[in-house]
Amino acid sequence: MGVALSRAVQWVSGSEDKLEDTPLNEAILSEIVLFTEEFSAKHPEEAKLVFTEPLQWKTCLNAFDFDTEYDISGESVMSRESNKDGHPLLHLDPPDITVYTFYHLSTLLQLTEVKKIKEVQACLEANRNPIMKILGSISAIAKEGDLLMEIKEDEPSERNELKMNLLNILNQLDTKLLNTAVTQITREGRLSPTAVDIEVDELKRFCGTGESRALKSVRYTSDYVFSNGCRSSPWRQMDGEICSLIIETCDTEPTMFITCTTTGVFLDEEVKGEAGENAYREKSDVYNDLFTLLKNKSLHFAEAVREQDSAIHDVPSKEIQHMETVDGEKTGQTLRSQDRREKTAPEKSRQQLVQNRPGSKMKKFEPSLKWKNLGLTSPYEKVEEKRSVRSGESKKVLAYCTNSPASENKKRANFSESSLPGCRSSQKIKTPGGADDFFESSSEGEEDEEQPDRRAETTTNLPTEYWQIQKLVKYLKGANQTATVIVLCALRDFNLVQETCQLAIRDVGGLEVLINLLDTDEIRSKIGSLKILKEISSNSQIRQAIADLGGLQTMVSILDSPDKDLKCLAAETIANVARFRRARWTVRQHGGIKRLVGLLDCVPDGVSLSREQERDVEVARCGALALWSCSKSTKNKEAIRLAGGIPLLARLLKSPQKNMLIPVVGTLQECASEMSYRIAIQTEGMIKDLVKNLSCDNQELQMHCASAIFKCAEDKRTRDLVRQYSGLKPLVVLLNEAENKQLLAATTGAIWKCSISMENVAKFQEYKALETLVALLKDQPEEVLVNVVGALGECAQIPENLATIRKSGGIQPLVNLLTGTNQALLINVTRAVGACATDPENMTIIDRLDGVRLLWSLLKNPNPEVQASAAWAICPCIENAKDAGEMVRSFVGGLELIVNLLKSTNKDVLASVCAAIAKIAKDVENLAVITDHGVVPMLASLTNTVDDKLRRHLAEAIAHCCTWGNNCVLFGNAVAPLVRYLRSKDPSVHQATARALFELSKDPSNCVTMHEHGVVKLLLVMIGSTDEVLQEAAASCVANIRHLALANEKAKYG
Amino acid sequence: MSAMNKKLIQNLAEALCKQFKHFNTEEAECLIRLFNDLLEEQSERRAAHGLDRVKFRNILHNTFDMTDDMMMDRVFRSFDKDNDSYVSVKEWVQGLSVLLRGTLDEKIKHCFDVYDLNGDGYISREEMFHMLKDSLIRQPTEEDPDEGVKDLVEIALKKMDYDHDGRVSYADFKKAVRDENLLLEAFGNCLPDAKTIQVFEGRVFQKSNELH
Repeated sequence: MGVALSRAVQWVSGSEDKLEDTPLNEAILSEIVLFTEEFSAKHPEEAKLVFTEPLQWKTCLNAFDFDTEYDISGESVMSRESNKDGHPLLHLDPPDITVYTFYHLSTLLQLTEVKKIKEVQACLEANRNPIMKILGSISAIAKEGDLLMEIKEDEPSERNELKMNLLNILNQLDTKLLNTAVTQITREGRLSPTAVDIEVDELKRFCGTGESRALKSVRYTSDYVFSNGCRSSPWRQMDGEICSLIIETCDTEPTMFITCTTTGVFLDEEVKGEAGENAYREKSDVYNDLFTLLKNKSLHFAEAVREQDSAIHDVPSKEIQHMETVDGEKTGQTLRSQDRREKTAPEKSRQQLVQNRPGSKMKKFEPSLKWKNLGLTSPYEKVEEKRSVRSGESKKVLAYCTNSPASENKKRANFSESSLPGCRSSQKIKTPGGADDFFESSSEGEEDEEQPDRRAETTTNLPTEYWQIQKLVKYLKGANQTATVIVLCALRDFNLVQETCQLAIRDVGGLEVLINLLDTDEIRSKIGSLKILKEISSNSQIRQAIADLGGLQTMVSILDSPDKDLKCLAAETIANVARFRRARWTVRQHGGIKRLVGLLDCVPDGVSLSREQERDVEVARCGALALWSCSKSTKNKEAIRLAGGIPLLARLLKSPQKNMLIPVVGTLQECASEMSYRIAIQTEGMIKDLVKNLSCDNQELQMHCASAIFKCAEDKRTRDLVRQYSGLKPLVVLLNEAENKQLLAATTGAIWKCSISMENVAKFQEYKALETLVALLKDQPEEVLVNVVGALGECAQIPENLATIRKSGGIQPLVNLLTGTNQALLINVTRAVGACATDPENMTIIDRLDGVRLLWSLLKNPNPEVQASAAWAICPCIENAKDAGEMVRSFVGGLELIVNLLKSTNKDVLASVCAAIAKIAKDVENLAVITDHGVVPMLASLTNTVDDKLRRHLAEAIAHCCTWGNNCVLFGNAVAPLVRYLRSKDPSVHQATARALFELSKDPSNCVTMHEHGVVKLLLVMIGSTDEVLQEAAASCVANIRHLALANEKAKYG
Repeated sequence: MSAMNKKLIQNLAEALCKQFKHFNTEEAECLIRLFNDLLEEQSERRAAHGLDRVKFRNILHNTFDMTDDMMMDRVFRSFDKDNDSYVSVKEWVQGLSVLLRGTLDEKIKHCFDVYDLNGDGYISREEMFHMLKDSLIRQPTEEDPDEGVKDLVEIALKKMDYDHDGRVSYADFKKAVRDENLLLEAFGNCLPDAKTIQVFEGRVFQKSNELH
């Protein structure tokens, strides 16, 4: 917090105690608000630590804002606790406020309804060094070792520990704030981490062992790279620092410590010299890039670099080139850094430079930042290097080119348009044929030149293959059928799995030719072409290109061919290409799905297949592969179904061949996300085959089967079928394959969904699945955990399993998972913990692990499903915990939090919260607190709902809340809607409502309202119910009404 | 006469279909009839010997869509087992059994015979060059217009010459084609494609069905 406050926050210039109104400040402030508000809930111990000095500021709060926790006398407010000197921990004397603990800060912010940020801002403006005030002088020292010693001297150890904790927490906040700030600031950066990285890579090439090396070594001080690409620690990144480098040159002593910042690079004092944040100092002036800095600092380096490019490198021209850019575009940045450099650059090296560059005047020229930001450094430097390696002859050529004014102009023109083609063209010169070559090559289009350039980067070690492929493709363009086949066969002899070859084919225009061949009548050319396309389409770039060139349309039409080999190849290639959305769309648009489904029609399981039938099976397999790829789009799933694919898939599912089953089951499980497929899988009898294949020896197939069952078992009938075909045991067996996480995720998913049926749970008990599942609660990826916890949650609905989970040690890992962030996981975990809490022994463990507090914190989760699930889980916890009332009160702000959830618009959240409130209200003190938080009007306002689940829990909550103070009277306007609940069809609503009405009938005016709304007749029916609780409540309510009537008559006539 | 002729044809058909397994008697009969029909179109003088080169090439061109002169000549040679410059009825049925229904090995043999121009049992570089010389569009800009073809020959040789003796033996050819079926007609079109076969068989054999 300290660093963030002193550096990140932007203060109004000139005034030391006013914060600027910027997005960055706002982000930081709201971060602090959030932190402080949650502080007392997250760290209750630390929250009570009394500050060394109070935080004082002018607040806009007044006495009315404070609640009963504080002593309010007139305008001033005081907390009941006070520090050892007798000062109250919170003291408000408007507008001045003094606070001593985080607890009160938290409460204060919670009380502040609207102007939280204002409050924090006022506080920070008044307390420029809050850490100092909170923790005393220790916080000035960042090193924790020192800190520890210093505290130990004068304070009790318990307090020390708290202080340490608090400091840690604050440091965490600090880092977080800095990260917030850094992301904002780096966006404005001028020298980017990538640019530095590229340059460092370049420099590394100059390092070597020989005499000719320019540098000894280049390395980063830190190998850790932050997500934004910087290597410096966050608080240094605040200053725009990117990384620090240690460079050993051949002549300077000892080594150079260089800091790269967004504004430039500079030498600094030795890093290790001092402690603290300001350990480095700018020793030199700031340069725009490392090259320039090194050239200035190390004569040897400058010499070596110059030597390398002296013959070929027209230094003046280049410099002028850059100079122009700089002059033309003078950004504030370049100016500033140049000015600085001008002032302080060591005279000697400058003169050196000047001597060596007669063309340049007294000013030193460097690549401008604009040039650098275009990302040109690296290609250009590479060009330089390559040039230097080339033969003397080619050097001469280049020298000639660059010296002739025409070529210079040309080159410069290229640079100013877009420097890239210029670089490339110069790189392309390889034949010593004179200047004409240069002109010719540089006038070629960028398209053609781009490829060799890129290829050179990726395949420097394999240039021959590229040229060979280029030659073959050239032949292919002018070949008759016979030659075409020979060339295609030769192309296939390349290693087409290798990306080099794949891209080479594309880059030399081979894809166009191959796809054109598909449009001819020559079957052999088509087959040859498809065989290549099938291989190279394993590459995503090739897939895109094939789709762009319209290859899919042709391949779809080939599916109609009578030649089975051709059909197979086309389908397999489609399977490869249709891995992205647009390709799948194209396949569907051109009627591909229907044709592919048509391929599935074969007899897969004949005892002895003829050769033709075997080929049909192969065609079907390829068709299934293609459909598998296509089925990742929802509309394709529908198209497959409409084309009659489901019965065909069902038939193929009976195939004994695994290579057939994998695509078939793969397609099915992909499609099982659709309701129509789930029904079809059940009705076409596919569950049996899926279950059968769970026991095969191929993990991929097992995974798809389990995954299909996972998706289908939402349906009860399917779950029963899985059990009937004895699929539960193989699932449990598959749990042992803990190494294959995908398989494990599918298996646990299937077990989860299957365990929704209680009969299945009984089977799982028999197979001891619970113990295995509990063991899987640790060290698993989230997708597995979600399913495992889901399964445990379902199993825990049976009481005897609760003990099993406890005995196999499942409670602790479950409670630990409550701190996670995965929403799906949280929903399942809360459900499982809630189920476990129904057992008192489990509850003891949960309580000990502070599980209820964790559940309660989840009420703050933004996801309503998590909120609801957490609230449901809280109900059994309150019911079964010892001293539940005390426990609930101990959650600071907890009751207010849950009452406020009644403002939610989500029905399930409301129902769950009502249920929880019903439990909370059983404790009178808590009932008093929630009444203060306004629970009564909130509940009353919900009564108009028609949702039976909500009605039931709402009625229960009302019934329990009636017992405090005059709540019963306050519920007056809820009476009429409640009477209507009695007409609901749900008997559980009746019971809860009758109890609520009985409580409400203790107030005479409520009785009148009830009577007016015809409650007696309805209650009389209820009295006849078999449910005794309902009977009693209804009867008692009628009795109350009757008493009132009698008393009334008595008053009138007696 | 006609009855006599019919009897003769039947006997011949039975004999031939035993010898060359791919046809049944009826089919063989149809082919013999077709042969006789074609023979009648020729002038009387040569009819005794069988189909001459010109007639046969016409058939290959019109019926089996072959276009390359050299290949058609070579196919004629391959049919004409006894080298008398005429395709006899026996050679006709034998040849067609390979062309229409041959196994892969039979086709390999056929193609090899076609490509082995001088009949020495090897396909040499020169023979390949000869067969491929028109297979690439010539680039007038290039110094050596034949460079591409030469290159193609080397490519083919690299793919097929397993024993590295600079020429393709029958064993080499067989191995190469078995590895990659596409190489069967590596040096020129000398087999009818599936569609042509279907049309031809439909025409010839169906006519027989109608007759009987």
